[in-house]
Amino acid sequence: MSQHEHVLVVFPHPDDEAFGVSGTISMHTGRGVPVTYVCLTLGEMGRNLGNPPFATRESLPKIRKKELHNAAKVMNINDLRCWGYRDKTVEFEDPEALSARIRGVIDEINPTLIITFYPGYSVHPDHEATARAVIAAVESMPQAQRPTLNCVAFSNDCYEMLGEPDVIRDVSSVSQQKIEAIKAHRSQTEWLIAAMAEEDSKQVPDVLKRINREQFWTYKFE
Amino acid sequence: MQPINLNEVQQHIEQFANRDVYLHLETTNGAYASHFDQSFFSAGAYIRNAKINFTRGLITGDQAPYRAGLKLEIGWVYAEGLTHWELTEDGQLLIAGHSPDGKLAVALQLSPKPFE
Ligand SMILES: [Zn+2]
Repeated sequence: MSQHEHVLVVFPHPDDEAFGVSGTISMHTGRGVPVTYVCLTLGEMGRNLGNPPFATRESLPKIRKKELHNAAKVMNINDLRCWGYRDKTVEFEDPEALSARIRGVIDEINPTLIITFYPGYSVHPDHEATARAVIAAVESMPQAQRPTLNCVAFSNDCYEMLGEPDVIRDVSSVSQQKIEAIKAHRSQTEWLIAAMAEEDSKQVPDVLKRINREQFWTYKFE
Repeated sequence: MQPINLNEVQQHIEQFANRDVYLHLETTNGAYASHFDQSFFSAGAYIRNAKINFTRGLITGDQAPYRAGLKLEIGWVYAEGLTHWELTEDGQLLIAGHSPDGKLAVALQLSPKPFE
């Protein structure tokens, strides 16, 4: 590991890292590379509250915050920052203020790699707004100083439009850690874990079928 | 939360009548509905911390899911699909509709103080 490596992860929802990135994070922290995780909201508007309900609209953010802290512990992240925006509202925030705030973190920790969503190919409006703000923050830097940007995409047209991902990582060496990180987000993932256990393949999304493979598209500026 | 008992919830609703209270009202079918099923038309809305003052409030229906209406001086608050309720330690009345597969579909909440 080179002395200055540092990974910055920026996502809007507490479980956004779980399926596609937690293995990559665990591999970095396992090598002693510090990881800073900025999570913009607490997923306050999540719909999965159970029936009979295990949570309410008001208790959900407290539960998800605790889950995120547990997941961070599993992945050995010791710099977790919850920014307190509200779920579903990120796209309505001032985009310049948001990207300036992200630029502030970049200037502070000097990351060598940033992981976020790929703008245009990440489905949820909060994902899109977060991705745009991160890209804008990096774009505001002198070209030579820009860290590598690895983006997560999962829209139905992402392969068609972006081609195959250029970063493919086998995370089987940390698969146990990854499964624990996914389980830590229990309010969001319990039904998936159950579907996996039953090997009910219709219920198991593709991202879990290839749990040992994580993939990213490196963002290229025009 | 527990399944709605009309009499109990009705009594709590009346505690909020004729004074300024804070409303959270929401309907949702999820941000991913159209991603998983492209023929699905996804819609939803929420309002958080609207200050309202209702003169009459009623929760009704023959069986769950129930409907609720709050009559304002110059308007209405309405929700349907309500199945569960809870009174929090802070005196907030939370009423919600949960689908059989455990997803929130509607929330109607009243609080004497603004929601967090
Ligand atoms: Zn998300």
